[in-house]
Amino acid sequence: MAKSNKPIVWGLFAAGGTITAFLLPVVVLLTLFAALGMTPGLFTYEYLQAFAANWLGKLVIFGFIFLSLWHAAHRLRITMHDFGIRHDLWVATAVYALAALGTLMTFFYLLRI
Amino acid sequence: MSSRPYIREISKTGWFYGQPRYLRYMAREVTCIFIFAYTFLLIWALRALANGPEAYQAFLDALNSPLGILFNLAVLVGVVYHSISWFSLTPQAMPLQRGEEFVPGNIIIGAHYGGWAVVSLIVLFLGV
Repeated sequence: MAKSNKPIVWGLFAAGGTITAFLLPVVVLLTLFAALGMTPGLFTYEYLQAFAANWLGKLVIFGFIFLSLWHAAHRLRITMHDFGIRHDLWVATAVYALAALGTLMTFFYLLRI
Repeated sequence: MSSRPYIREISKTGWFYGQPRYLRYMAREVTCIFIFAYTFLLIWALRALANGPEAYQAFLDALNSPLGILFNLAVLVGVVYHSISWFSLTPQAMPLQRGEEFVPGNIIIGAHYGGWAVVSLIVLFLGV
């Protein structure tokens, strides 16, 4: 059987779509509170710093950001095609590079916390 | 075959207008732009967090602006639409069989909605 990277790409897309579907609305609601000037406990410096300071918190943040980036990148690649942009190689390179950049930034920022 | 086959012109960029099904499909797909942008907001927050309390306060101050409110409102609409459309596809994505019968789609969707409510309430309770 021919080898294909589709299961990996699809698996990450599905995992990211599921985790964002469950978690993102409530997290966005919390940052909306922060934007309105009522910073919720989770987004105060002390709480978030303590959360990101231990390895389990780092793993949760990294996994969440990594999966939502890959989910969004993969879907954006397909959506660009639907919008009539037919240079898949360019689009794929751009969106996956952006996701990879975000993942690397997350990794290094977490190491510094 | 006719020597002049009829080829219906379809716009490559606007084909989804006028058909509610296609429009809903595109709305579902476009939610990824909101998720992409918002994830970078979270990465920005991490950067500020790594740079210390003053940098993090500057991040919160920047967020606390009309643009920040508008951005979060738009993203909220986008991600709620993502959740609803994602859960409504779960019976097709992972059909469950019990004995001879398939579990009705409404039960699978309902279970996901229930889980979504529980997760949201827990995060809201712990996070506020």
